[in-house]
Amino acid sequence: MGKYSAFSVFRHALTGNRNWQRAWRDPEPKSAYDVVIVGAGGHGLATAYYLAKEHGIRNVAVIEKGWLGGGNTGRNTTIVRSNYMMPGNTRFYERSLRLWENLSHELNYNVMFSQRGQYGLCHSPAQMDAARRRGNIMRANGIDAQLLSREQVQARLPYIDYSQNARFPIHGSLYQGRAGTARHDAVAWGYARAADGQGVDIIQQCEVLGYLWENGNIVGVETTKGDIKAKKVALAVAGHTGHLAEKANLRLPIETHCLQAFVSEPLKPLVDTVISFGGAHFYISQSDKGGLVMGGDLDGYNSYAQRGGLPIVEHSLASAKALIPGVSRLRLLRHWAGVMDMSMDGSPFITKTPVDGLYLNGGWCYGGFKATPASGWCYAWTIAKDEPHEDNAEFTLDRFERGYQIDEKGAGPQPNAH
Amino acid sequence: MIRINCPVCGLRDETEFTYGGDASVTRPPIDDTQLSSWMDFVFMRDNPRGEHREFWHHVQGCRQWLVLERNTANHAIGSCTLAAGRGT
Amino acid sequence: MKQPNRLEHGGRIDRDRAIEMQFDGQTLSAFEGDTLASAMLANGLKIVARGFKYHRPRGVFSAGVEEPNALVHLRSGARHEPNARATVVEAYDGLQSTGQNAWPGVRFDISAVNQLLAPFIGAGFYYKTFMGPVKGTAFWMFCEKFIRRAAGMGRAQTVADPDEYEKVNAFCDVLVIGGGPAGLAAAIAAGQCGARVILLEQDACLGGSMLSLPVGGESDACLKAMEATLKGMDNVRILKRTTVFGAYDQDVYGAVERVWDHVEVPPAHQPRQRYWQIRTKQAVMATGAIERPLVFANNDRPGVMLANAVRSYVNRYAVLPGKKIVLATNNDSAYAVAADLVRAGAEVSLLDARVSVPAELFKPLEALGVQLYPGYGILAAKGSRGVSGAKIVLLDENGCARGPSKTIRCDLIAVSGGWTPVVHLWSQRGQKLQFDEQSASFLPLKSASSTLKTAGSANACGDLNQALLQGEVAGQEAAKAVTGVVGVQVNVPRLKEAIYADDWARDLLMIWSVTREDGSTDGKAFVDVQHDVALSDIDLAHREGFVSVEHLKRYTTTGMATDQGKLSNINALARMAQLQALSIPKVGTTTFRPPYTPIAIGAIAGREQGIHFRPTRLTPVHDWHVDNAAVMIEAGAWKRPWYYPEGGETINQAYVREAAHVRKHVGVVDASTLGKIAVQGPDAAEFLNRVYVNAWKKLKIGRLRYGVMLRDDGIVLDDGATARLGENDYFMTTTTANAAKILGYLEHLLQTAWTDLKVHVTSVSDQYAAFAVAGPSARDLLDAVCSGADLSNEALPNNQFVKATIAGVPVRINRMSYSGELAYEVYVASGYAHAVWKNLFKAGASFDIKPYGTESMGALRIEKGHVAGPEIDGRTTLGDLGLAGFASRVKPFSGSVLRHREKLDMASRPTLVGLEIDGDTGGMAGSLIYDQRAQQMGEEQGFLTSTTYSPALKKYISLALLRDGHERFGESVDIVNHVGDTVQTAKVVSPHFFDPEGARQNA
Repeated sequence: MGKYSAFSVFRHALTGNRNWQRAWRDPEPKSAYDVVIVGAGGHGLATAYYLAKEHGIRNVAVIEKGWLGGGNTGRNTTIVRSNYMMPGNTRFYERSLRLWENLSHELNYNVMFSQRGQYGLCHSPAQMDAARRRGNIMRANGIDAQLLSREQVQARLPYIDYSQNARFPIHGSLYQGRAGTARHDAVAWGYARAADGQGVDIIQQCEVLGYLWENGNIVGVETTKGDIKAKKVALAVAGHTGHLAEKANLRLPIETHCLQAFVSEPLKPLVDTVISFGGAHFYISQSDKGGLVMGGDLDGYNSYAQRGGLPIVEHSLASAKALIPGVSRLRLLRHWAGVMDMSMDGSPFITKTPVDGLYLNGGWCYGGFKATPASGWCYAWTIAKDEPHEDNAEFTLDRFERGYQIDEKGAGPQPNAH
Repeated sequence: MIRINCPVCGLRDETEFTYGGDASVTRPPIDDTQLSSWMDFVFMRDNPRGEHREFWHHVQGCRQWLVLERNTANHAIGSCTLAAGRGT
Repeated sequence: MKQPNRLEHGGRIDRDRAIEMQFDGQTLSAFEGDTLASAMLANGLKIVARGFKYHRPRGVFSAGVEEPNALVHLRSGARHEPNARATVVEAYDGLQSTGQNAWPGVRFDISAVNQLLAPFIGAGFYYKTFMGPVKGTAFWMFCEKFIRRAAGMGRAQTVADPDEYEKVNAFCDVLVIGGGPAGLAAAIAAGQCGARVILLEQDACLGGSMLSLPVGGESDACLKAMEATLKGMDNVRILKRTTVFGAYDQDVYGAVERVWDHVEVPPAHQPRQRYWQIRTKQAVMATGAIERPLVFANNDRPGVMLANAVRSYVNRYAVLPGKKIVLATNNDSAYAVAADLVRAGAEVSLLDARVSVPAELFKPLEALGVQLYPGYGILAAKGSRGVSGAKIVLLDENGCARGPSKTIRCDLIAVSGGWTPVVHLWSQRGQKLQFDEQSASFLPLKSASSTLKTAGSANACGDLNQALLQGEVAGQEAAKAVTGVVGVQVNVPRLKEAIYADDWARDLLMIWSVTREDGSTDGKAFVDVQHDVALSDIDLAHREGFVSVEHLKRYTTTGMATDQGKLSNINALARMAQLQALSIPKVGTTTFRPPYTPIAIGAIAGREQGIHFRPTRLTPVHDWHVDNAAVMIEAGAWKRPWYYPEGGETINQAYVREAAHVRKHVGVVDASTLGKIAVQGPDAAEFLNRVYVNAWKKLKIGRLRYGVMLRDDGIVLDDGATARLGENDYFMTTTTANAAKILGYLEHLLQTAWTDLKVHVTSVSDQYAAFAVAGPSARDLLDAVCSGADLSNEALPNNQFVKATIAGVPVRINRMSYSGELAYEVYVASGYAHAVWKNLFKAGASFDIKPYGTESMGALRIEKGHVAGPEIDGRTTLGDLGLAGFASRVKPFSGSVLRHREKLDMASRPTLVGLEIDGDTGGMAGSLIYDQRAQQMGEEQGFLTSTTYSPALKKYISLALLRDGHERFGESVDIVNHVGDTVQTAKVVSPHFFDPEGARQNA
């Protein structure tokens, strides 16, 4: 695998770009691996990479029903932040952000992580108090956070509606400067290329049909490309976790829901940061290509269909205009949807399961993209050592039974409220 | 857009309703003191990809809780009945 | 004004209405009926835009919504809009437009220098570089600044949009999408069958492809006949300038009507656009087809256009964009174009990639003097700022050059690579597409949908009469499915005979790109013109293993521009198929996503903008508050009085005064926002006993009781007082924030689980207003104003209520206290609330009555240690909040099992305490608490939930949740507000700061 650099781009250009190598191989599956990871999204690929890199476990396959990076990795709104306040989340997401900050170098692939900051706008004194608590917990854990006044927000984001006509007045904002956005596809491709470089087999167009069992333990997977034995089978299929868990006779505290995303026609730079609107569930940023990237609430009902409905389209676009009146004459280019594992407390799972040989990474709700590096890192640790790292120690399945819910929103066991 | 044929009000848009989740779970009797039955009811879900029976509340209509059959894979709608009619 | 390319005669323009428009400072003469693009072409403008990446000059390419090049800034000021497609911008007098993504302008653009860098900035180059020499993101972010400035297309403005938008909910039996021949026939047929029909057409005129046919021909007569038929049908509603942008579940369609977008400013009180949400029983998709380009070197030069777009300009707009035209095709549809071009006065050479062509096609052209080149294709366009010639070659079966090339001089190259049926809506519904070899296109899989039918070009039906017939059948079947009536005679006009050359869906040869013998191209050959994706980029993606369509699309960005691949998808797929030696359907296709064409955000937002973005709830006394200078505050959807400043007071001065006043005299706060639920029925007591943690079965009529509810997982959900009004009649109150949620929850319990309980719950939140009257003079005041009740302490102790009247209005007076003072809550029917409130103040003048707002209400409750929203935050237990004593030990209640899970029962959980803050500045809620012996970092020991200055204690106090709180009374702790850079100290005390025995409220 050739190293990518400005020099390599220059050198290849001189030979008409005819000599670039494949970014990853396209191998046939072997009959057995140490670890089979199901799902070649960002999380699965990152897990494979860290298994090889950090734990020396290279006899690994990542198998994927479709094409790598084709699920939620390639459908999300690309926001990366670490503004979590519940014990169990705070340090995990900060580990992730730290990995993000050097990810392009680590992978020798530009994932375009741009730390353009994230504003969480507050529209009442009560929201300011809640933001202050969050900000303080972040700071106490060594994470950057600022609580900005209305005037400070206005100076930085002049295009927001500060008029008397705004339904939700701006009282201030929690701001994380190290937050930002990344190029989602590049994360999957970067991890895929790096994992492949470590000897990991990435097997696309290979669907898991069931598991291979021995004495009640899982010892491999049945796939459309034949049976593959594995000492450990690790799921990383957020959005479809329920489906694959069912084949292992597991009931989970997860519902699958549909989340829509929106992008406008490309524009010259307008929104140079990430803004979360507190008046409605809505957030907006602008991609490097120039499209305003927007997201809103879940459609609200169980769905695996990867398509949403008009009510959320209306809700989200009305939110965009309520926040930034100037977007009214801009045009929506495309809207699409992904399916989310919505867990009962809004927090994920990186854990062993009650079935020996089966590991679970899922329940990411909307938060999966930003978690990608730490998720892979911690999952690799958990698989390699058969015990969690302290940063994912709370992401277990039995936390509900023990009353250890990690509920950032305080919304309770209602998946569509997180 | 989901359109729900409310047995009381007729065919209405989803925006008149709120979603209430899986209707196949059964609330334990109030005097059931077993942790497992409450854990199952509150937290655990089949989450099927396909046919799903689910609660919807006609909040901006008759305020009845309904049980709707809906396919989570393709959003096809089946029957819709009053939840109150299904017994305890 | 001279319009060099305007034909003397013909066209569907109104030559009596000459208009003038501006583009980039240049005046364009035009006529009504023109588009901005037809005017550009009529006036001889070649370069109207610049490419996205390489900034190569670009001209008008198409005549429709698929336009990739001619994107402009339209209008100026608050009505400025970027990325307007000149091909669909209707001309009006005074129209202002400018070029975009170019500096200083589109004709000369500095960034064209990027072309020199082309070898270095091919597909995905940015993934391989810009990482920088050192760790971190700084280098990338430095480079990114320049990349962002260079990227994007049009410039947005940030001023609020002065125009209005509307939303319409519509219902019909049959929705016909597309007003071309098939759609018109479908609408007529469905209408004649008795269905309620809505017909939508994106263009300003009906006719679709018929508008591009020669004026005055037989098709015109047919179109006129259909329009006349429709005019007489009152069950068919026709909306022009209306685009169906999306098809959603259960036959709901979204459409945007551009009501007044074809003028500078909409007439007064008229919307610019209208968003239609249409619920239909059946739909007919007659959405037509879009012509495909061919790929060859420099195929992006101004003067390269789609063949049938040129035909549209000639026949519809009377504009001939070139005099010497090279027409290249791989299918039949270019032959009719050639004939029309010659008749319009052009000299035409026709290159057909196919070697043998039926005589019906070429014979008429030979007679017209068209030079025919069978087996030929274009290897490259010549000319840099506009087409000056075409390099043509004989092709082999792969589209590679065979033998030497020769150059034909020309000023226009028109290309036809066949047609792509517009099947977006079909795909959006989640329906499957199937590749049709004959037309080389993805088509709706027949009869896969029972409610969406297809007709005409969308079905790859290339013949006009066939399209009419398909429309008729689809319309008839759709109507039949709704009405159930069969055998209705329909009468749809038809052409006398088919025009052979107009049928495009035959004999297409699947060659879309022309290369040299070695597969290379003689310059950039664009697959996606708008995103500057060349064949070489697709080849590179393939080489690097991006072999799935999704990977190809994302790696090269092909198909992701504002045309969303309408022009580029099939050519990209064909190249992929070629590289992988697979058939096109094996390579696959990407999913179509809404909107079909981009839609204005404002149109979908509609009237939900500004202050009307969300409803605002106002209490019945709202106007009084506003009249009395209250500063209002958001409380969920409500507006509540925050404080009532007197004489320029700040909020801090005002709330301290208000709170002190309550403790000394009497104050009134508007508590109408409380949730109020009538709980009625013989099992109401049993029901309350299950949902509240405390016991309810023995509550007597005339009494009320404070209750706490848990979620099923054992976390505190809500609290409030419930009064027993009668034998089977209870009146529950909830917190303002949870009112709707609690009602839904109670209904859920009664309707899904406890169906044996005879209880009914009804929201009466809007029916009653509630005022808390609090302070030492509260009783005296109420005595003065009430009739018919004994309010003495003996007759009305705490937790009881009486009925009375105030100024003749019946009221219910609850004796209960949130402030800790002698206090009452007055409940009154909303319609009389204002009158009663005013009476309170009239009578209260002699008691020095004052209104108080939510800020001082908060101060008073904090002094008493009452919990509210900041404490009941969805994560706290009864024990945490000091409410465990309320929970019954003998009866089960919702949440009673799960509240005893391991962590929820742990002794070390943070519990509610009071803090007396040292010094003379207040604490800030959300500050963290640390042990004074430990460092002020890492996991906190607790946090401040609600803070205030206590006028009663004359110090700053706070409620807090603190680990082992109960055992730490008297301890000094650090309060750290990292985000405010402050550290304070405080003493931990009981949360019941003031009058813990409750002497004042029991007075």
